[in-house]
Parts: sequence; C-alpha cells; structure tokens
Amino acid sequence: MSGEALLTSRFDEGVLALTAGGAWTARNAGELERLLEAQREDAGAAKSISIDMSGVREFDSFGAWLLERLTREWQAEGGKLTVERLPEQDHGLLAEIRQVNQTPREQPRRSTPLLDGLARFGRGGASVLDDTAEFANMLGAISVAGFRVLGRIRNFRLTSLVNQLDRVAWHAIPIIVLITLLIGGIIAQQGIFHFRRFGAEDYAIDLVGVLVIREVGVLIVAIMVAGRSGSSYTAELGSMMMREEIDALRTMGFNPVEVLMLPRVLALTLALPVLTFIGSMAALLGGGIVAWVYGGMSPDIYIARLSDILTVDHFKVGMIKAPFMGLAIGIVACAQAMKVKGSAESLGLQTTISVVKSIFLVIVLDGFFAIFFASIGI
Amino acid sequence: MAEPIIIAKDLEVSFGNNTVLDGLSLSVPRGEILGVVGASGSGKSVLLRTLIGLVAKTRGSVSVLGVDQDSASEEEWQAVERRWGVLFQRGALFSSLTVLQNIQFLMRETLDISQELMDEVAMAKLEMVGLTPADATKFPSELSGGMTKRAALARALSIDPEIVFLDEPTSGLDPISAGELDELIKTLQKTLGLTVFMVTHDLESLYAICDRVAAIADGKIVADGPISTMLKAKHPWVKAYFRGQRGNLLAAQREQPAL
Ligand SMILES: Nc1ncnc2c1ncn2[C@@H]1O[C@H](COP(=O)(O)OP(=O)(O)OP(=O)(O)O)[C@@H](O)[C@H]1O
Ligand SMILES: [Mg+2]
Repeated sequence: MSGEALLTSRFDEGVLALTAGGAWTARNAGELERLLEAQREDAGAAKSISIDMSGVREFDSFGAWLLERLTREWQAEGGKLTVERLPEQDHGLLAEIRQVNQTPREQPRRSTPLLDGLARFGRGGASVLDDTAEFANMLGAISVAGFRVLGRIRNFRLTSLVNQLDRVAWHAIPIIVLITLLIGGIIAQQGIFHFRRFGAEDYAIDLVGVLVIREVGVLIVAIMVAGRSGSSYTAELGSMMMREEIDALRTMGFNPVEVLMLPRVLALTLALPVLTFIGSMAALLGGGIVAWVYGGMSPDIYIARLSDILTVDHFKVGMIKAPFMGLAIGIVACAQAMKVKGSAESLGLQTTISVVKSIFLVIVLDGFFAIFFASIGI
Repeated sequence: MAEPIIIAKDLEVSFGNNTVLDGLSLSVPRGEILGVVGASGSGKSVLLRTLIGLVAKTRGSVSVLGVDQDSASEEEWQAVERRWGVLFQRGALFSSLTVLQNIQFLMRETLDISQELMDEVAMAKLEMVGLTPADATKFPSELSGGMTKRAALARALSIDPEIVFLDEPTSGLDPISAGELDELIKTLQKTLGLTVFMVTHDLESLYAICDRVAAIADGKIVADGPISTMLKAKHPWVKAYFRGQRGNLLAAQREQPAL
C-alpha cells in the first residue's frame, strides 16, 4: 500500500500535470512536503498546473493543508492551479481548510544579544527593589491582620494554628534532631582532630558549645525549615492561587491573609525557637558522643566544661534570632506564593525562589545580628 | 455495519465502596459518532477514562482498535494511544505551554515535518475550532472557559487521530459556537472516517450529529440506539431527558419538516 506514489508529475508544453495518490495524511506529511517542494522549479516554468486527486485514498487535514498551500503559493505568483477529481467525501474538509490561515502571520521580532542582555540586567536590578517592596508589603499585611485579630481574639483560628504547628514543628523534630546530632558530632570530631596537635583537645568542647549555641544550631534549623516548610507553604498557597481558591475565599468575605497566611507565619515564628532549642541540644549531644567515643573524654568532663564556658548570654544570642528567622521564612513563602501565575511551571519556579530567598535572608539576618551583638558587647 | 473498534465488556469500576460502573457493555463501530448521556455523577467521565486506560477496572475487558487493554504490551498500547485524541472535561492543557505549543506537542513528537508546516497546520486547527490567530500565543491560564474547550479540542485533533474521546466538548460554549463545533466534528467524521465517543449533555448535539446514543444509569447502559429509539425508551431517566420540556421541544421540531 505504501508502494503507491504520493505524487508523480508530467511536464508537457508548459502544463504541469501532477497526479496524487496513496495516503495524504499526517503520517506522510513530511515526505509530501519534500515532494511538493521539489515541484517548485518546474512549476516556475509552467503556465498552468493541474493536480489530479482521484488516486488519493486517505486524506486528512495535513494533506488538505498541503494542497491548499500549493494552491495559494501558485496563486500568489499569478498562476492558477486546478484541483481535479477530489473524492466526494473530502470536499468538506478542503472547504473547511480553505477558510483558515487567511491572515499572514507576523514574524516574531528579532532580538539582539546585546539589547537582551541589557534588558535582563535592568530587569534584574529592578526586581531587587520589587522584592523588597513585596516583602515589606506582606510584612505589613500580616501585621495588620495580626493586630486586627488581637482586637477580637475569639475569631482567631486556633485550630489552624495548632494544625500548622503540628506540621512544621512536631513533624519536623525527627529530621532536625538527626541532622543537628550529626553536625554537632562533625564539629567535635574536627575540633578534637586539630586541637590534638597542640594538646588542647579540651578546647574542642568550647568550640562545639559556643558555635552550636550561638550560630550553627539556629542556622541549620532555619535552613532546614526554609527547605521543608517554607517550600511547602509556597507550593500550597501558590496552587490555591492558581486554581482561584484564594479568590473564592475573598469573595466569601474572608481575608486570605488572615485565614491562610497569619496562622502559617505565626506557626513558623513559634516553631523556630522551639526547634532551635531542640536542635542545639541534639548538636551538643552529638558533640558529647563524639568527644567520648573519639576523643576519650568522659561525659562528666564534657558537661562540666560546657557549663563553665556557656553563659546565659550565649544562649540568648542564639534564641533571639530564631523567631525573626521564622518570620522571615514565612513572609517570603507567602509573598512568593502570591506571585504564582496560571502555570505549573511558575508554581515550581516560585517554590524554588522561595527557598533560595529565605535561606539567603536567614544568613543575611544572622550577619546583622552578629554586628548588633558585637556592638552591644555580648 | 463496520467492525467495532471500541469494545467494552462487563465493566465494573469502583472507588472504595462506591461502585460507579457495574457490568457495563458497549461497542462502537468505526466511523460512528456515539453520544453518551447520563445524569451528573452517573459515571460518564469514569467510563471514558476507563476506556482509555486511566482508571483501573475491577472486572471486565476493554479493547480499542483491536488491542486488548490487559494483554497488550506497553509498546502495543502506546501505539494505540497515539491513534486517538482525548478532550478532557476540564481541558487538561499543559499550563506552561502556549496554545499553539499545546497543539503542536504531539506533532513534534510523532511526525517528521518542518517547523513551518507544523505552525501552519496548528494555526489551521486553531481556526477550525473557532479560535483566532491572536489566541495562539496565549497561555492556558489566560483563556476563557469556552476557549479552553476549543484549544483542548484542537489538541485532541492535532494529528488527525482515528478515534476521539470527547468529554462534553460543547459545554460552556454559546449555542452558535457549539453548533459550529458540531459541524466540524461531523465534517471530520465524513472525511477522515473519524470515530467519536462523545460524552455530552447537549440535546442539540445529540440530534444534530450523533449516529447513536447510549444512556448510562445505575452503572449500566440502560438505552442504546438512534434518537428515535431513545424517544421510545422506557427507563424513567431517559424518558425524562428526551421527553422532558426541552427534549420535547426539540423532538417536535425534528418531526416537523423544516419550514
Ligand atoms: N478519582 C475518583 N475517586 C473517587 N470517586 C470518583 C473519582 N472519579 C469519579 N468518582 C465518582 O464516580 C462517580 C461518577 O463520576 P463521573 O465523573 O464519571 O460523573 P459524570 O457522569 O461524568 O458526571 P458529569 O456529567 O457531572 O461530568 C461520582 O460519584 C464520582 O464521585
Ligand atoms: Mg464528567
């Protein structure tokens, strides 16, 4: 069946007679296109062209369009193409195809790499400002919602808050304990390994204690929470945004910020100090185990040394940062979710951006706190 | 009658305790436009999804284009999948592609044709379903409900399949556009020998283009045949549907010769 020629031509005294056959369908469209292209040269010399379609057994919209395209091209050059003996049942489709693609398509605007690069640079700069504005905007919206709720505390969605706390705090504990335990152990191992050369292994305990309580505990926990809960907030709220659920909520007289975002942001703000405390303790435990097993220091010595060097100030420095970081993660997650457009791709993109931005923000915040604590001398 | 190309035998589909299809049998001959009707929630979409293999059946067999769903190898079934087009009830357009890219998606994968031809044919399909060239670069989230339906139909028809499964193609369209779509489906059926499995609530479509109608109730086909048979059917729902106020109006119109 495929042996049948799709197109044969005879050129005779300025008349080009084409004979079509076989299946003029999607399957053969590529081949047909090439065959028709090859006829172009002959067609240029011809006074008139005719195409006999009687041999065509299958005909679909690809075939119909190729035929129509041939007709139009030839017409544009001032000639006339006659379609002969098209099977009866195919007239409808050809008539349908005749009506379409009448307006010439506009060519896409050409772009130059230099201009594109400049435009992207400019947009990048502007987006930093936009981001700051969005963050401030969301912070403002959440604060307003928070104060409004304070005024009528009974309306507060406690169930929602508890539910969120369950998700972001309670369920996060195992993974956070595991990671911080390992980190504490690694710090202790490295400390002992390097201080041993000076015979100052005890200082490894100082290293673990101060580093974990002041910096590493809260940072690791904040980064984990940004990756775990910040991303899921963005994905969740973003897909609600995508499917107009947030619009639906708004038209029923609810304020989405109050109903959806406030409990989530609040949950993160409360969860982070708790998780930081648990994480720091786990890191100290991890350090202790390594000090015992690898450094040969008994737990008693480890604990005694820790209680010597750790002061309440160290502890405060670590813990004060936690709620601010939680707040920042929550706000970035919500602000990013509001930017989700209709497509699945943009949901994925905003979720990624949310995680990257909140981790960046957590580290910047940590830097500011370090400067602040240094200047007040703790 | 032409050979049947969709055959379902004794289908049972349930979700948990909810048995949606219960011993349903149906066959569709090549080149036929079958309209499937039934109350909301009676399992029309579930039947469609079962036929194309998206919903697992608990009993029975399905064969499409001569290939049995259960015994076919993955490649065989995939080859069958490439020979049909599906219009989902909610469109299911790829949200990160433009309308034109959605229509070209299958062409690009399966056909060896130039980008130019692909663009032209895709634009042709776009216009055939009643969209304008300006809609080509829009993303699915920027379309109205009716436009989504049309774009999804254009995608279902993109490589001129042998069978199309349509889940309510005309719902959400104004009656005039719905009529035009009906015309288009009829034309394609005539030219391509297209087989159409169409779930619909649209009495007009049933009268205008369907060769046969099947009514689903209680998980079974309760009435099956051309419109004339449906008008005489005994099942209460079918009777209410075709002999209700709106149904009667249309039936009366058809019975009288056109003015
Ligand atoms: N994925 C699913 N999980 C559980 N139940 C389902 C699922 N899909 C459908 N159902 C149930 O199957 C039944 C039939 O649904 P179906 O979508 O087929 O209805 P329908 O006949 O297409 O209705 P409509 O005309 O409103 O589109 C309903 O009771 C529905 O709740
Ligand atoms: Mg349905």
